[in-house]
Amino acid sequence: MTTKLPPPRPKDPTKRTRLPTRPPGNRSREAHGLTAMAAAGRFALQTCADCGTVQYPPRQVCGNCLGDRLQWRDVSDGGRLLAETTLAHSNDLFFRDRLPWRLGVVHADAGPSMVAHLAEDCIAGARVRLALSIDRAGNAVVTARPEHPTPNPEDDRQLREMTFDPKDRRVLIVDGKTELGLALVRAFAGAGARQVYVGHAQPWRRSPHLDAAREIDAATLFPLDVTDTDSVEELAATIGDKVEILVNNAYHLRMGGAVGRMDLNTAHDEMAIHYHGLLRLAGHFGPVMRARGADGAHGAAAWVNLLSAYAWANNPALGTYSASQAAALSLSHCLRAELAEGGVRVVNAFLGPIEDEWHQLAPPPKLDPAAAARRIVAGLKAGVEDIPIGAVAEEILARRAENPKEIERGIGL
Amino acid sequence: MGQARRGYEGIVAAAPVTVPYARYSIRSAHWFCGRALAGLIGAAGLAKAEIDGFCVSSFTLYPDSAVGLMQHLGVSPRWLDHIPMGGASGAVALRRAARAVQAGDAEIVALIGADTNHVDSFRRTVATFSQFANDAVYPYGAGGPNASFAFLTDRYMREYGARREDFGRLCIAQRENALPVPHAMMKRPLTMEQYLNARPIAEPLRLFDCVMPCAGAEACLVMTEDRARALGIPFAPVLATVERHNAFPDDPIQVRGGWAVDIGALYDQAGIGPEDVDLFQAYDDYPVICFMQIEDLGFCAKGEAPAFVRERDLRAGGDFPFNTSGGQLSAGQAGAGGGFIGLVETLRQLTGETHGHRVEGARHGLVSCFGMIVYDRGLCTSAAILGRASA
Repeated sequence: MTTKLPPPRPKDPTKRTRLPTRPPGNRSREAHGLTAMAAAGRFALQTCADCGTVQYPPRQVCGNCLGDRLQWRDVSDGGRLLAETTLAHSNDLFFRDRLPWRLGVVHADAGPSMVAHLAEDCIAGARVRLALSIDRAGNAVVTARPEHPTPNPEDDRQLREMTFDPKDRRVLIVDGKTELGLALVRAFAGAGARQVYVGHAQPWRRSPHLDAAREIDAATLFPLDVTDTDSVEELAATIGDKVEILVNNAYHLRMGGAVGRMDLNTAHDEMAIHYHGLLRLAGHFGPVMRARGADGAHGAAAWVNLLSAYAWANNPALGTYSASQAAALSLSHCLRAELAEGGVRVVNAFLGPIEDEWHQLAPPPKLDPAAAARRIVAGLKAGVEDIPIGAVAEEILARRAENPKEIERGIGL
Repeated sequence: MGQARRGYEGIVAAAPVTVPYARYSIRSAHWFCGRALAGLIGAAGLAKAEIDGFCVSSFTLYPDSAVGLMQHLGVSPRWLDHIPMGGASGAVALRRAARAVQAGDAEIVALIGADTNHVDSFRRTVATFSQFANDAVYPYGAGGPNASFAFLTDRYMREYGARREDFGRLCIAQRENALPVPHAMMKRPLTMEQYLNARPIAEPLRLFDCVMPCAGAEACLVMTEDRARALGIPFAPVLATVERHNAFPDDPIQVRGGWAVDIGALYDQAGIGPEDVDLFQAYDDYPVICFMQIEDLGFCAKGEAPAFVRERDLRAGGDFPFNTSGGQLSAGQAGAGGGFIGLVETLRQLTGETHGHRVEGARHGLVSCFGMIVYDRGLCTSAAILGRASA
């Protein structure tokens, strides 16, 4: 059983805030293949297409047949923990701040032996399950958990550095006025978030979802309009030093493509919310979150963007909407690089059409907001970087990987 | 069956030199190499230009290699080798040089293992040690080989029932061997209590299981026996050498090294067996690797080294003289110099030029080397047997 984390105590204002450090981040191009697999939550290793040898660490040629047709294939995540150590000393500043630190060598069922970060309940000689996780520097690392889940895995002190379990964390949901916003408040509160700050814009507009969110114990409501710099600045000044997971779910969906579009107001609004809104949040919440990346139990952990799967491939029926989502996606990569300096991770969730009023004309399948919210929380618990949500998102991802020109010519979704 | 290996008849090693170790130094590896060369020509009574071959190992010459070092030292050899095998370099350098002299490509080869140790240079060395380490070890917090050897030690203990006391016996015996050696960094005797209760580093490893990185150099010369006799310097004949890289790649974790592949070739070439070895210098950055060498080089069966060290006396005056100058565990690890410390001590013992305890009447010295944990195991192993010159 994983040792339960003590509930976080209020921060002692007389104590120095620990500055963020990062684990060593120097990786080869081949090793970033692991990062791509970790980002998608896959346990895939480099596999030779010619002879089938599975190898680790990644290389440029097959260590068996010397072929260079090396592919990333999902392999068994089982293994046996052959040896372990607990570091009481490290030359690396990130680990010095976090000692003692437990590591092991796992003989993977897939073939290779792998150095891995160990969950507390892993026992030397016993079977474990392997995963590719993303560390605070944004790179893939191997993690091992007991073969059969033990109680309180979300409290694992080491693995919490590589995942974003909401338990005991303070979360900002940027827009609480939508069905999805409410579902997110419920999902995060249900996952044990200590506080859920709920933003709401446009005070003249009543929202039954916000009314419901108000009733949730962990929730506190704050005015927040991502199209208004003053509003974002004010909230960042109020709770910026408390937000540990920021969930940017503001969205503005209207139908329409480019041809014959005489009035740009809708397109302006989409950019104002998706792109400039993200930019405003990044401008005001980014610096304080980045500075708090290593603040112990109060450390900022993740920035989550809810994007449309049409950020990957334009849906002409939602042409300008898709374009603004693509702009936000690109900006999220900028944010990822900048927040990485503080060890704060950027997670993007890609959603297909949701079952809500604005998606009235979108054909099914449409996502149940509650299911989408649960999927996002599950992705954070697993430390996944890109979370495709729903059949539409999965299909776009698969088709785009296979042939991006095909999907450009007719998304049909 | 391949071509039979030629022996090393008429080829000898001479002029053991140690540039005294320092925990930290502001000098560069070039300085340590230069002082080692000065020591060599002083010991052999040679002019610098008479050394026409160089075999160099160093991690900290960067951005230079042995090539730049030649201009730095003002020499123009006709034979030059740079051996990037860390702890395995010593016996490898010896066998390279022996063949060069035997073939007439060089007359006198200087073997130099040297490194400096600036404040923070060890961290920088391990942070860029290999692509595999960058990708799959260093990001896990294992700053250096401590964690890698902790895994090997943990596995060995689980597999063969070794206890920490067993490793302690070896460390304590080596410390006693080191006490009269002037350049050894560790000057005080080690007790079992101190060993067992030392500060944890990477469990099961504690402080006295780990070498201390330092600056220093080890060096010697290789030449023909005739040349050594003409110079009037003591020497030791080269009887046998082996090297092996990436042995047993299918072992999921290292419990043996390449010596287990080459043991037959080694003793066959020397014409002796393990029972004829009078002193053994094994690579000793951590005690577990000593246990593997004792087993893989035929002194006991696999897994029996813990019993072996309980039954035998590893001190220089004991019945199994082992790392008779105290090894790296007591002297410090002078980077790639650590790959030569066993060779230089073997030479001292067989030529009677010891700094510390002397193994009386020793006729055969075995030196074995180990190096380069690039990912999860040491990739390079080597070994050599030196004899005693006939009068």
